[in-house]
Amino acid sequence: MKTRWPQRLFLGVLALFMAAPLIIVAGVSVNEKQSLEFPPQGFSLAWYLEIFANREWRNALWASLGLAACSAALAVAVAFPLAWFGWRRIAPWTRVLQLLGVAPFVLPPVITALGLLTFWATTGFYGQAWTAVISHATFFVTLPLVTLTLGFSSIDRPVVEAAATMGADDATVLRTVVLPLILPYVISGYAFTFVLSLNEYIIAYMTVGFTLETLPIKIFNALRYGYTPTMASVTVLFISLAALVFGLIARHGDLPRLLGAPAAERE
Amino acid sequence: MRREAPRRLADYAPLLFPGLMLLVFFVVPFGTMTAVSFFRRQQGGFYTPDFVLDNYGRFLSPFFGNVLGFSILLAVAVALACVALALPFTFTLSRMARRFQVLWLVALLSVLSLSEVIIGFAWSTLLSRTAGVTNILVALGLMNEPRALVPSLGAVLTAMIYQALPYTVLVMYPALVRLDPTLLEAAKTLGASPLRAFFNVVVPALRNTLVATVIMVFVFALGSYLLPQILGRPTHWTLSVLITDQAVYQSNMPFSAAMAVFLVLLSLALVGLTTLVGRKDEGA
Amino acid sequence: MSGLEIEGLSKRFGAFTAVDQVALSVTRGSFVCLLGPSGCGKTTLLRMIAGLEEPSEGRVRLEGEDITGLPTHRRNIGMVFQSLALFTHLSVGQNIAYALRIRGVASEAQDKRVRELLEMVHLGGFADRPVAKLSGGQRQRVAIARALAHSPRLFLLDEPLSALDAKLREAMQVELRQLQQALGITTVVVTHDQREAMTMADLVVVMGEGRVRQAAKPIEVYRQPADAFVAGFIGSTNLLPLTRAADGSALLWGHRVDGLAMPAGLAAGVLSVRPEDVRLQARGSGTLDARITFVRDLGATVETFLSANETTFVSVASPRERGPFAVGHTVGVALSAPQCLVFAA
Repeated sequence: MKTRWPQRLFLGVLALFMAAPLIIVAGVSVNEKQSLEFPPQGFSLAWYLEIFANREWRNALWASLGLAACSAALAVAVAFPLAWFGWRRIAPWTRVLQLLGVAPFVLPPVITALGLLTFWATTGFYGQAWTAVISHATFFVTLPLVTLTLGFSSIDRPVVEAAATMGADDATVLRTVVLPLILPYVISGYAFTFVLSLNEYIIAYMTVGFTLETLPIKIFNALRYGYTPTMASVTVLFISLAALVFGLIARHGDLPRLLGAPAAERE
Repeated sequence: MRREAPRRLADYAPLLFPGLMLLVFFVVPFGTMTAVSFFRRQQGGFYTPDFVLDNYGRFLSPFFGNVLGFSILLAVAVALACVALALPFTFTLSRMARRFQVLWLVALLSVLSLSEVIIGFAWSTLLSRTAGVTNILVALGLMNEPRALVPSLGAVLTAMIYQALPYTVLVMYPALVRLDPTLLEAAKTLGASPLRAFFNVVVPALRNTLVATVIMVFVFALGSYLLPQILGRPTHWTLSVLITDQAVYQSNMPFSAAMAVFLVLLSLALVGLTTLVGRKDEGA
Repeated sequence: MSGLEIEGLSKRFGAFTAVDQVALSVTRGSFVCLLGPSGCGKTTLLRMIAGLEEPSEGRVRLEGEDITGLPTHRRNIGMVFQSLALFTHLSVGQNIAYALRIRGVASEAQDKRVRELLEMVHLGGFADRPVAKLSGGQRQRVAIARALAHSPRLFLLDEPLSALDAKLREAMQVELRQLQQALGITTVVVTHDQREAMTMADLVVVMGEGRVRQAAKPIEVYRQPADAFVAGFIGSTNLLPLTRAADGSALLWGHRVDGLAMPAGLAAGVLSVRPEDVRLQARGSGTLDARITFVRDLGATVETFLSANETTFVSVASPRERGPFAVGHTVGVALSAPQCLVFAA
């Protein structure tokens, strides 16, 4: 279907709408002085260096990266056996567990954040760094669960059966056939969760906000207590990272399919 | 490795770890939250285990009624606006060549991954006096001097639409990408102009998807806890803002928990409605 | 009387040419089949006639009017899609009335026309049925009725019968042809089934690799195929290599074929002979000898697979005509010039 000019215009306006705040933020991030100005007066990449040079921002960066890496790993670790079981076995009531896995994401994050807050407060572990890892992992478990379920369902069952006829037992099939086929989905599930955990604010804040500062928490505090263009440079960093990760997933996998499209026809 | 029902207890082993994790760290927290909602609040930010309905009683105040009403109206407005914008966009997207689709999807996912804090920051900058869009209007000669467009209801609404739009597109995407392209073509051969064909044929075929999407986006919008706070005045605060505010700043956990429980029940009911609507569609 | 005129129509997708300089002249009221293997461009051609694809070059004229630049919804055509594309949110009657509804026809007139069409496709009384509850054949008829409701001047069908089972398909072929003749509407059908084309069409247009290979009456295309491609596509045929003898006669692997001459200027070519024209005789008689490698006895006919010079070809005969030849035998193969066609290699 050829795109006529009203459609092109609509797409252009929408693209502008989506990009506008980010363009402004990018502009603000290169402003020479520590003031909120657009168009930027002078050009300086100092605020990008600040993320690494300034101890507070650097610590926050490490905290965010560490939290993201660990919680993504944990989320995948929880999701994998669940998705595997759903594929391997016919046990309809395990749909309940799968639904439970999807639930955290469907509800407003505030609620999950509050629930976790009360939980950690009640159990007495409130404020410890590892509680954030578990909290994030639980909240984000939906993402790897969905990608892994999709991945398993795309495994051609005759492939597994062929391996069995050639003498592979269950463990060998898992190791030599299933795992290599499911690996791209594991990676994309991990990557999705990593990116989202990096950006996540409310759960991190409510569980460990007073003891550990992640980058989004630091940005929020900066919003309240004192503006610095580093907020803007961190934002640009985040969105670039997200675009990079999703771009890589798109390059090596079938992104439309991950999002619900039928498998691509050969073009 | 045949696909079969589990026979021995050991076959259920894979479920142990995830089941435990989800039970302990998801189900139980909801339990504690519900329990806390019945606790008695004390001065100084503490609360004692108890069973009082005071916290739920505050729901009956006019203040709460206002906040609830406003939250619902705002979320409805965001949901309808997003679906109205996303429908033509996602339709166009689904008809694009694969590589352009991928480009847009990567862009949408990147925006979706941004936390509410960053979106709030970006929009407050965009609408501020010193760095905002009004500076561009001044440069073009359309305005005399730059002006801050925050705090305002319009700012809150716009930013919430911005936040929910990528989500809306991704929720609609599967249904639209699977839509039979010959339906539209058939309508055109019968004499309907492209616009007319879209409304006569495509929209009715997507009826259930659209309803489900509105509900999903409504639930999503209800969860905005920061945008109304950063970009609006206290009159614009929604339920989620109140929940965060009460929990963190007012140190009133029980009341916050009670509101959260209410929000959960509302969200679950609506999501349940969505699956019902979706299931009805499958028969057609 | 001018019906559909296509002049120099081409469609390119980047470096790939789907339709290459197609020219066609269809008399008003005739039934045309675009026939060819998948990927030959016939569907793309049909879609350009409908306005669903923009041509890279060329013009389309309908009853004298140049419709090349006209958008689909203004061409006044009726089209049946392979997927049928029925509107599942509307009833049978509402589907059929769609074109009338958007033209603002009064509802009594709509109802009358719907009844008329339902009778015509033998679905009387189905007006209020939901589309989802219909069988494949019934949906087919609704799609046809819907396309004809607004009395279009051109009727286009894209592989309309491919989803039906064999028996139903054959019945529908006849019905479709009879319907078309009763209405006298110019019709273009895309199909890959040559039997379908032979049954329904006044004009068969054989396409290959985006070009028209031959456009002629069905029996002409069968008896006098224009080239080896058409010969191979319509019915089955044996394609064998020919060389030129010093005196100009045709040689099949060095054997003279009685009465067959090579066309002037052709040093090598292809012989096309239908299996039913390959006769089996005693060894040593006939044009050449060949060994029988396989026999397929289908009851009404017997197919004999023969091998000579490492090439396999087929002879078909009824059991009565065929001699008692079995696998492994060497037999004489008789070819007679009137049934042989020579093409350029």
